[in-house]
Amino acid sequence: MNSRELILGRVRRALADVPHDDTPYDQAVDRDYLREHGDRSVEETVELLAENLADYRAIVHRCTAGELPALLAGILAARGSASVLVPPGLPPEWLSAADTTRVHDRADSTVYDLDKVESVVTACALAVAETGTIVLDGSPDQGRRRITLVPDHHICVVRVPEQVVASVPQALELLDPVRPLTWISGPSATSDIELDRVEGVHGPRTLEVVLVSGGGG
Amino acid sequence: MSGGTFVGMPAFPKAAHEAVNNQTLRGNLRHATHTIRGKRAKAVAEMSDWAELREAGKRIKDHTLRHLDTYLVQLEESVTAAGGVVHWAADADEANRIVVELVRMTGESEVVKVKSMATQEIGLNEALEAEGIAAYETDLAELIVQLGKDRPSHILVPAIHRNRGEIRDIFAREMSEWGRPAPEGLTDTPAELAEAARLHLREKFLRAKVGVSGANFMVAETGTLVVVESEGNGRMCLTLPETLISVVGIEKIVPTWRDLEVFLQTLPRSSTAERMNPYTSTWTGTTDGDGPQTFHLVLIDNGRTDTLADEVGRQALRCIRCSACLNVCPVYERAGGHAYGSVYPGPIGAILSPQLRGTASEIDASLPYASSLCGACYEVCPVAIDIPEVLVHLRERVVEGGPVTRDGNKVVLKPAKGHAAERAAMRAARWAFSHPGALRTGQRLASRTRRFHPRTLPGPGKAWSGTRDLPAVPAEPFRDWWQRTNGGKDTSK
Repeated sequence: MNSRELILGRVRRALADVPHDDTPYDQAVDRDYLREHGDRSVEETVELLAENLADYRAIVHRCTAGELPALLAGILAARGSASVLVPPGLPPEWLSAADTTRVHDRADSTVYDLDKVESVVTACALAVAETGTIVLDGSPDQGRRRITLVPDHHICVVRVPEQVVASVPQALELLDPVRPLTWISGPSATSDIELDRVEGVHGPRTLEVVLVSGGGG
Repeated sequence: MSGGTFVGMPAFPKAAHEAVNNQTLRGNLRHATHTIRGKRAKAVAEMSDWAELREAGKRIKDHTLRHLDTYLVQLEESVTAAGGVVHWAADADEANRIVVELVRMTGESEVVKVKSMATQEIGLNEALEAEGIAAYETDLAELIVQLGKDRPSHILVPAIHRNRGEIRDIFAREMSEWGRPAPEGLTDTPAELAEAARLHLREKFLRAKVGVSGANFMVAETGTLVVVESEGNGRMCLTLPETLISVVGIEKIVPTWRDLEVFLQTLPRSSTAERMNPYTSTWTGTTDGDGPQTFHLVLIDNGRTDTLADEVGRQALRCIRCSACLNVCPVYERAGGHAYGSVYPGPIGAILSPQLRGTASEIDASLPYASSLCGACYEVCPVAIDIPEVLVHLRERVVEGGPVTRDGNKVVLKPAKGHAAERAAMRAARWAFSHPGALRTGQRLASRTRRFHPRTLPGPGKAWSGTRDLPAVPAEPFRDWWQRTNGGKDTSK
């Protein structure tokens, strides 16, 4: 007998005492918990997102669609970045005001190439206000997972209010599990030294989130 | 862990006795557990529906376990359809053989690892090393443990027993043995220590061709795996290598994508006391042009089906490894994680290890007693595992023996040797309580001779009364008093 059959057989024997139950799964579990916490207006939900992002040490900026190119150029200049990584589907006008060297992620770009780039600019799939989380799903304006991981400085643009949901349950409803997802809540951190949170280990140590209103991008 | 480091551990009381005399260890643990306790309470209090989330988490896990065969088959189908390869391992040795073979097929001689309880449990690093494959731990605390040639002492923070000064010394001394040395003049500030780990591991991440991970959840309907982490080392291992091998216990399944809405709310708040951990990665098989192009999932049993066969003990399989029960446990806080002789320390370890490994060894037979039964662990558990209930159940199994399942076979355990006196006392008590006449005579005799009672017990009872006061026998047995005073109404007599 192979191990698959062995394990499945053990499971069935282990459950011999359990009465048969054909309740369909959607009726088997009571879901009395809330779909979102609190009753907020759209503006208040965006405000909560900004607060929670900042609480976990992300740097939050707010601007209108028209101001976005200048703001991104300013962030890159302030950081002193010599180069910025660009996912294939990033709207070209976003970086139109920046004079930082653009590095385009190509299929044959190696991790050593990425490691030389200082900053990366991406869009996101959505953002979760209650937890201060941005979610990337690998769409063309976000690129593959490695480009937001290897550079030390990540700038993520969130279109508000349309990309903001209040809660984790609402986020999961909108996300496609087939796509590789990365949920990001603040910069890389660790609690491994005396169980206290310290920012900055392997992922980007600086996370800047730009909340763009007015149909940005 | 079958890999050797936990083999031959002394029973819990002996190991704990040594630990409580270690002042540094006690200071480190007290500081860390008290910090996290307060923060967890605050993070949980933000959620007005915590009780409902906890109940839903419990129900989802119970339902999954009840239909585990169905969901395992469904998971296998969906992972395979998404481009993954599923392997089944009945025990630790088989799992290790599978992983070694998979690494060999890539032609590589090193792997980078995300922190994973399952691979610690099966002793994968030692098995790989024996075959000439270097396994680099990349979680900061795991790195501290690996460099310090130490053992993990906490589920979430395996190096919780080390303070920043000790960590600095380990880094300064050991990093050069494994790769890039620690920076000159490294101090003990946490930010500098984290920076040293970043520099040390970066070269390993960039050249890695094979990553090894566990998973926090596996979604049966979609074939999606989920890893919840903080540092980004998980993302590195899951994204940069060409081949990813995930080793996961069969109980980590949830039926649907939607079920994650419960656990992604309860797990971060219970473990690191955050609204959300910095990084959560989900992946479904392989994705063209993004991440590893070869994905293997190794499903391990290693005692889980034996645990599932125990009607009371099976609830331990609901565990999502958050470690809230460790942080709140007065016994863990004083004894530390090493005394539990397993990669699963603390209250959950005290019920999980003796079920996964059986109670044949001295350490496993002693674990159900590593508790004061105060119940704090049950209160904080996000999937409502009644740990005290299982502890008492396992104590009974150790003392009385009885039917259990080991390696899929039903066997009858013999009563443990060390508990002969306790069993004799319990048998005597049972006889006395079912013979009222004898009980009355005995009680009267005890009252009349109470002047001569010793303060401590002689012989084998000495150990028991060494740390406890013997109860004083009243001058008159209760039942005599009851009769004499007409049930307490006639107090003038």
